[in-house]
Amino acid sequence: MVTKRIIPCLDVRNGKVVKGVNFANVKDVASPVDLAEQYSRGGADELVFYDITASAEGRGIFTDILRETASRVFIPLTVGGGINTLDDFDRVLRCGADKVSVNSGALKNPDLIREGALRYGSQCVVLSVDAKRADGQFRVFAKGGREDTGLDAVEWIRRGVALGAGEIVLNSMDADGVKNGFDLEMLEAVSSAVDVPVIASGGAGSMEHFKTLFHTLPRVDAGLAASIFHFGEVDIRELKRVLAADGIPMRL
Amino acid sequence: MLAIIDYGVGNLFSLISSLRFLGVEADVVGDEAGLRRADRLLLPGVGAFSDAVAKLRATGLDKVLCEETAAGKPLLGVCLGMQMLLERSYEFGEYEGLGLIPGCVRYMDNAVEQGLKLPQIGWNALKFENGRHPLFRQVEEGEYVYFVHSYHAVDCGSALIATTDYGGPRTAAVASGNVMGTQFHPEKSGEVGLRILKAFCDY
Repeated sequence: MVTKRIIPCLDVRNGKVVKGVNFANVKDVASPVDLAEQYSRGGADELVFYDITASAEGRGIFTDILRETASRVFIPLTVGGGINTLDDFDRVLRCGADKVSVNSGALKNPDLIREGALRYGSQCVVLSVDAKRADGQFRVFAKGGREDTGLDAVEWIRRGVALGAGEIVLNSMDADGVKNGFDLEMLEAVSSAVDVPVIASGGAGSMEHFKTLFHTLPRVDAGLAASIFHFGEVDIRELKRVLAADGIPMRL
Repeated sequence: MLAIIDYGVGNLFSLISSLRFLGVEADVVGDEAGLRRADRLLLPGVGAFSDAVAKLRATGLDKVLCEETAAGKPLLGVCLGMQMLLERSYEFGEYEGLGLIPGCVRYMDNAVEQGLKLPQIGWNALKFENGRHPLFRQVEEGEYVYFVHSYHAVDCGSALIATTDYGGPRTAAVASGNVMGTQFHPEKSGEVGLRILKAFCDY
């Protein structure tokens, strides 16, 4: 049986890993290449790198880091941040990315999903969605959570899958940074609406939260987190042992 | 020198990085002389079968590859590269493969009937078939490798060397003499994958 995946996420700015709380007050933690290597050795099933730089110079530093990571770390790498065109897909895939995560770029131009899937295959296109509760729906936000799109998350994700997205990362902005557990309600709504793998993001604060996630929502395929791993609050190998002992399929 | 065959399909960065990480002299090669000079060959591949096979044939490297393997040169196909070694594929039609390994490629439709998602994306365990193949010299049964696929090889007979369970046994690796293939991505399968690549380089 295919295992559930545990995925550390590295937000990279100016060559360093940062992690925000509710998308504000970002602070540096470590060298992304070292951290990625450490996670890979420690049992991470996959890594997600988000480029959160705004400048062209920062973009160059990011692709250098990506190339160096992919030369030393041999587990799947998903890369997102600033993916607006097929040239952006090409730029990160050449540097060792396996999957490309689109977010604001796809909201601006949904056809980006279709074009990416046609050229590189659906397995390569990850639709990443930041959503929070507003006016009685799960509302999609663009630009790192700064811009309300007015779109309903379930509808947008259904459309993304129809266009060719092969995997979904659902980040609950309501749960993000609060460490009170994953947003089970939002994840349930999304995972029951689509047939592609869904990765839960936002809210992980303890091992117990992952246990609850996988037991409550068997259609969720992976759990993603950043700060609890970066700050050593949860050790990935230990987490996977605990989950496996609890009957959740894990690669140990 | 190990030649990663370049026929304009797929992302070769991780393959070449993983081989170089192992200290193997590896190069991306897209010309006949380069393939003839190499002491072993690696056939990568992603995307659709018909498209990849057409591109390989358009380069003329398919013939070189068949001649060199007939002369005993070791070859490893990875993912779609493995599927192309088989006799035919039924992905979006019916297309002829290289026929170096018995069997054909079919959609894993009964996985969907069981409520499983396609493609299979993720880590799954290896079960050895027909004994332990030299490719798995340094690997234990039950160890995990990384898969991304919706189609799988069937009717491979004694060429089947490993399966994985995804709503039933699915072909994970095949081999016929010096021609080998893995459905999973050894270059993305962490330590276990590196040991499999190393075993191929020592074959």
